[in-house]
Amino acid sequence: MDSSLIFTIGNALRTWLEGLCRAHGVPTLVVDILAWGTGAVLVVVLGLLVALFVIWLERKVAGYIQTRLGPTRVGPVGIFQTAMDALKILQKEDIIPRGADYWLHLAGPVLYFTALVLGFAVIPWDVKATLAATVDLNVGLIYVIGVTSVGVLGVVMSGWGSNNKWSLLGAMRAAAQIISYDVPLLLALICVVMVAGTLSLTRIVELQGSAGILGWYVFKPYLWLPFIIFVICGTAEVNRTPFDIPEAESELVAGFHTEYSGMKFALFFLTEFDHMWFVGLLGATLFLGGWYSPLGAADPIPGFVWLMIKSFIFVLVLQWFRWTLPRLRVDQLMGLAWKFLIPAGFVALAIVCVAVLFI
Amino acid sequence: METRSDLRTEELLINMGPQHPSTHGVLRLVLTIDGERVVQAVPHIGYLHSSMEKIAEAKTYRQYMPFADRYDYLNAMGNELAYVRAVEKLCGIEVTPRCEYIRVIMAEMNRIASHLVYFGTLGLDTGSWSPFLYCFREREAIIQLFEDTSGQRLLYHYFRIGGLRNDLPSHFCDKLAEFLDYFPARINEYNDLLTNNIIFQRRMQGIGYLSPELCRRYSVTGPNIRGAGIPYDIRRVVGYSVYPELEFDIPTRPEGDAYARHLVRVEEMRQSVRILKQCLEKLPEGEINVKVPRRLKPVVGEVYERVESPRGELACYLISDGSEKPWRLHWRAPSFYNLQVLPELLKGAYVADTVAILGSIDIVLPDVDR
Repeated sequence: MDSSLIFTIGNALRTWLEGLCRAHGVPTLVVDILAWGTGAVLVVVLGLLVALFVIWLERKVAGYIQTRLGPTRVGPVGIFQTAMDALKILQKEDIIPRGADYWLHLAGPVLYFTALVLGFAVIPWDVKATLAATVDLNVGLIYVIGVTSVGVLGVVMSGWGSNNKWSLLGAMRAAAQIISYDVPLLLALICVVMVAGTLSLTRIVELQGSAGILGWYVFKPYLWLPFIIFVICGTAEVNRTPFDIPEAESELVAGFHTEYSGMKFALFFLTEFDHMWFVGLLGATLFLGGWYSPLGAADPIPGFVWLMIKSFIFVLVLQWFRWTLPRLRVDQLMGLAWKFLIPAGFVALAIVCVAVLFI
Repeated sequence: METRSDLRTEELLINMGPQHPSTHGVLRLVLTIDGERVVQAVPHIGYLHSSMEKIAEAKTYRQYMPFADRYDYLNAMGNELAYVRAVEKLCGIEVTPRCEYIRVIMAEMNRIASHLVYFGTLGLDTGSWSPFLYCFREREAIIQLFEDTSGQRLLYHYFRIGGLRNDLPSHFCDKLAEFLDYFPARINEYNDLLTNNIIFQRRMQGIGYLSPELCRRYSVTGPNIRGAGIPYDIRRVVGYSVYPELEFDIPTRPEGDAYARHLVRVEEMRQSVRILKQCLEKLPEGEINVKVPRRLKPVVGEVYERVESPRGELACYLISDGSEKPWRLHWRAPSFYNLQVLPELLKGAYVADTVAILGSIDIVLPDVDR
């Protein structure tokens, strides 16, 4: 079925509902808030559902890498396992340790989750005519970097508010790590922006798609270095092995979420896996041509599906990293960022400068 | 308003364990840390103390056998070997050649199993999950053979004073030969996964430096001292049982760091394979048990019998007062001595190195506390 049909129906429904509300004298502001809010809720729900799927996928991938099967019991190939886990964790007692700062302890996971979800707002899902980004900001990329960086505040809040030294250590590591890796990540993204000449994510995708599959930025040799930097920094941003030192299980017990249980813990957990998908979406948008099909314009598969496939390639690569590599030490992690990735980022920037000028 | 001079830093006292995912049991380390650096580490032991030595005074020599399994649970066969050898020396019992060979086969298989657990858990300590499951896959093959032989998977109670519980099952030698054929290739696989990984190497090299001098001062033994370049192995130094008849190398590394100890253990697995292959070739036919009096009453005296456990020099010290029960039994447990050196190794290390160094020393907590 053509995806645009679904989206057309959706749009028609929306127009009809808006008209209905207006006709009954609902103020325009409320109608707007409702309309935008529906979109936002849909994106959040999609994010949570995908997070559940990513967790299941992770367990399956881990299983096959480790010569076992992963979940098999709940539903076909264990697909409902994580849904059941989520239901279970909802019933768990919410434990706040003695001496913890109640508000910080509460605000930590909420902020962590919110910061990530805000980032989804500007991801362009499909061609403008069918399902555009929830918001098409002309400074989309800056917005993404801005809001997702706020998440580290949530980590620091929960680490400090937990009244646990392991949490504090984990939070300090997380802060140092995310701030360090934001710099090379930004350098890599600036390269993309220089080539595209725009900060709008939708526009970046459109520019890539205009020249067929070879127009995708990942196929431009002068963007290979930024792409590699992006993948490494993306892994570090989502705190995954080999960069999972903020929650290094064997060292810090569970890092900043040691003292969390129940739904607060689930928020951390879901956010982490959602974040992985988000990095995949960002990578697919910036380097892999977003919603465009590699088969050309005649491809019947909707762009949204292609975006999902591309983002899940990133997710699978990150999972493959995790189950293969050991963890770096904290000083090596910093060394990698400041001594290698940042200089490499500047080199990439120089290369892209030359390329943009002369090609 | 605060001035900058009001800002101060202080050292943080932090409890690592007894409940901690990587202290390999219930070890408690009190760490004083300055940021990510360890200033001081004090191990607190005793959480698993179970009076293993005192119990011996209330049991006859035979009754104590199952207890010998239980303190270093990763090396149950090796413990039994130390104990039966001590008692047999005390009573002047000579066991049959077949029995000696089977005992060595069991001890070496257990050494491989123990090193596999070490390998896997070191992977966990350094954040790499997969080696653990691969190692346990191979360990399972060994455990299955143990189960077929003794009926038990962890605490075998297979050795008896003057012999063994039963002879090997009929398929044992073929199964073991099959395992020995594919196992060296599997070690290469693990090395590709962990040992040769650049991240792992960078993490393990240069940390937890153990000098030969330090080894002597703390009487560190086993792969730890061999990782510091000293070829000290009881199998060669004392040459007990049939080891003098077997060809094998004592792997050593000069570096003395955690990575050197790791390489020594990996190489030891290969050497154990060599030993096992020879044992299978040389395994003589014949009886496995010799006649031992029903009431075992050794003469008054004492013995100190040493064997090489996967963790180092394991010795059983027995004093007999001529009665049916030992007057005193003491285990020279290698983990206990190796753990003593930990505070020296942890000084100035990173918090992340703490678990890696602890893993590289390879202690078993019940062996420490007994």
